[in-house]
Amino acid sequence: MEVTVRIKRYDPEKDGEPWWGEYKVEVDETDRVLDALHYIKWYQDGTLTFRRSCGHGICGSDAMRINGYNRLACKVLIRDVAPVITVEPLLGLPVIKDLVVDMEPFFAHYRAVMPWLINDEPPPPRERLQSPEERELFDDTTKCILCAACTTSCPAFWLRGEYVGPAAIVQAHRFIFDSRDRGAVQRLEILNAPDGVWRCRTIFNCTNACPREIEITKAIAEVKKALIFSRL
Amino acid sequence: MAYFQYDCIVVGAGGAGLMAALYASRSASTAVLSKLYPTRSHTGAAQGGIGAALGNVEEDHWEWHMYDTIKGSDYLGDQDAIEVLCREAIDVVIELEHMGLPFDRTPEGKIAQRNFGGHTRNYGEAPVKRACHAADRTGHMILQTLYQQCIKNHVTFFDEFQVLDLIVEDGVCKGCIAYEIATGEIHTFHAKAVMLATGGWGKCWSVTSNAFTLTGDGAAICLRNGIPLEDMEFYQFHPTGIYKLGILITEGVRGEGGVLRNNLGERFMERYAPTLKDLASRDVVSRAIYLEIREGRGIDGKEYVHLDATHLGREVIEKKLPEIADFVRTYLGLDPVTQPMPVQPTAHYAMGGIPTDVDARVIVDAQNTPVYGLYAAGEVACVSVHGANRLGTNSLVDLVVFGRRGGRHMAAFANEIDLQPIQDRDREKRVRDQLERLLSGTGKEKVATLRKEMQKIMMDNVSVFRTGEGLQEAVDKLRELKERYQHISVEDKGKQFNQDLMEAVELGNLLDIAEATALSALNRTESRGAHSREDYPERDDKNWLKHTLIRRQEDGSYCFDYKPVVITKFQPAERKY
Ligand SMILES: Cc1cc2nc3c(=O)[nH]c(=O)nc-3n(C[C@H](O)[C@H](O)[C@H](O)COP(=O)(O)OP(=O)(O)OC[C@H]3O[C@@H](n4cnc5c(N)ncnc54)[C@H](O)[C@@H]3O)c2cc1C
Ligand code: FES
Repeated sequence: MEVTVRIKRYDPEKDGEPWWGEYKVEVDETDRVLDALHYIKWYQDGTLTFRRSCGHGICGSDAMRINGYNRLACKVLIRDVAPVITVEPLLGLPVIKDLVVDMEPFFAHYRAVMPWLINDEPPPPRERLQSPEERELFDDTTKCILCAACTTSCPAFWLRGEYVGPAAIVQAHRFIFDSRDRGAVQRLEILNAPDGVWRCRTIFNCTNACPREIEITKAIAEVKKALIFSRL
Repeated sequence: MAYFQYDCIVVGAGGAGLMAALYASRSASTAVLSKLYPTRSHTGAAQGGIGAALGNVEEDHWEWHMYDTIKGSDYLGDQDAIEVLCREAIDVVIELEHMGLPFDRTPEGKIAQRNFGGHTRNYGEAPVKRACHAADRTGHMILQTLYQQCIKNHVTFFDEFQVLDLIVEDGVCKGCIAYEIATGEIHTFHAKAVMLATGGWGKCWSVTSNAFTLTGDGAAICLRNGIPLEDMEFYQFHPTGIYKLGILITEGVRGEGGVLRNNLGERFMERYAPTLKDLASRDVVSRAIYLEIREGRGIDGKEYVHLDATHLGREVIEKKLPEIADFVRTYLGLDPVTQPMPVQPTAHYAMGGIPTDVDARVIVDAQNTPVYGLYAAGEVACVSVHGANRLGTNSLVDLVVFGRRGGRHMAAFANEIDLQPIQDRDREKRVRDQLERLLSGTGKEKVATLRKEMQKIMMDNVSVFRTGEGLQEAVDKLRELKERYQHISVEDKGKQFNQDLMEAVELGNLLDIAEATALSALNRTESRGAHSREDYPERDDKNWLKHTLIRRQEDGSYCFDYKPVVITKFQPAERKY
């Protein structure tokens, strides 16, 4: 089938302003949007620029706005967005070129929540034990691939880039609820700051945007609850 | 154009690179250069598990793991290296757990383990639960955990820096040359030790489980610098890729009890491997699928068979194989709980690569002569622990075991020597000139077209079954493509984020690797592991129990050399599953 792909283009070396490129491509309805972008890049306009790697939703390279929603281009099939597909870079991060945004502000928030296991006790000779029930508590938030689809769909983040954003809270959650971790107090303190978890207005955009189907709003609520609980 | 100086440089930020960086950075100044953001590396796509004889679920011993790996390798793996792999696997998996890796747990709270192809108890008796897993996203967890540790330990990263060349002078590696993708600048990284951990090259084939970015850069750079590549003819086709797309369906599905069926609904693996059946090693299963298809028993007469997991029940599929369920639902619109999955063999893993010793030092000949200061680990390296065929779960172990050993060794090496001055001042300029040539090319050839033709000939003639005639045809075609590559033009002429240019560079790498693969396959006139010659169907230990080293000479022609297989505990025997 033939589809029309409208792409927001911007080359800092040539363009003063972003502009809309329109491309007609022949694709199968079960192709990915990523296939259509590749087709354009490989056979119509080699200057089209976007990040991608794995091609099946696991590396987090190709989050972008597709028909107004944050999606991974490799996980959206043509039949679900045809016949006119509008593609834009993520909102809220500086555009470098076409669909490529500067991810550094996003990763700075990630690093701010100390996303690593904190536990200075000498480890046992074998593995630390953890029951399947304890493991289950943070299972959902281990799935995050740092694609930024959630954070860049959040109105609170658009309004204020200093807000740590849903992805960083998801990462903090993954450790706060891990029975082996001892850094919950420190992380909760960071998230209790003005640009921490309280900026979340429970709008649910993040949960809808997550390509890994993480229940982000629920995770954020659990962190908020832990904060209230730890203050008592 | 900048100049950077470190004790150690690690190229690549997958499992191998990050593990090496973590260790090297403990005692030497270390930087990681990666063309992708570290968490985008393809290690994150690994699904099923990491093998270690922990014995958490049932009795197991590293000696059993060692035997299985050797047998899986069709006796081409070096047994001293395999011993290191299987012994250290246990301790390295525990170390990953201590770093925070969220493994699934047994009811007693230990790391959970499951069955995987070719892994057995008591030297081949029956399947054993050895694959440590975190659902079917084990690689994702390894990559995330190692990256977290690197951040914690302040490892320096140069993200989206693509390495284009090594600086090797008089048998000593002194650094590398990298292209900064964001700016288009070329930089020199001067170092005492460099490790290549750039991953595989599945993009040589049209149907592959590999990422678009797995283009064999590290291996191709070695080839161009006169460093040989080992056992390139051994490339693994994983039996169960999603039909046409190639996306992997983990062996864990069969580990949990899934079975393969042909168009008659027959569980055909019973005929090919009476003991292990669907859990026989990958080369055996991929060949069986090809034979079934060839004999007209593909589904609807097409080139695929069914992977049936419908008897496992919703609970097992949703809990233990959630990613697979998601792929199949997203890309095929099928529900694996009630419908079988269409699968075909998919280009998956390079057993061969840059020859190294057990400390990840790159070596150039049968005498194990090292290139001082140069290391390689992970899929790009050939230690060789996988020989002619890798067992599932053994790559993730390989990454962390040899990444760790290499990281330690390179830091110790760097602390012993002084930084060697770079003699040849024109290296950077030569790299720049090459890029300029690509940018100013006005030829009619297109990167995408050449790549597609390469992938097709490799899929048709250099995949599961091979013949001398087909391989010769592939070699001729690849030469033609390399000639046409001289006439490509790149549309994007800009400096910032010029991926058009980088794809052209990557195609050059793929063509070199494809050629080395086809030539090595043509040269080896026997069948062993993943290398199946229809014109030489038998394994020939008398003439071919040896590693191939292929080397590119100054004039662009290739020559072969060989290296003996190290045999310690297990004598080559007939391989039956
Ligand atoms: C779908 C899939 C599932 C798998 N499942 C399993 C499993 O269950 N168990 C198992 O043991 N194995 C599995 N494997 C195999 C295993 O995952 C890989 O072999 C392994 O992850 C490779 O890791 P690596 O560190 O060598 O390279 P990668 O993780 O591929 O990383 C390569 C790195 O090199 C960088 N790089 C490449 N070229 C350049 C350059 N020119 N300049 C700078 N940087 C560069 C990239 O940016 C990247 O960071 C699987 C493989 C696939 C494809
Ligand atoms: S390309 Fe990896 S997530 Fe889409």
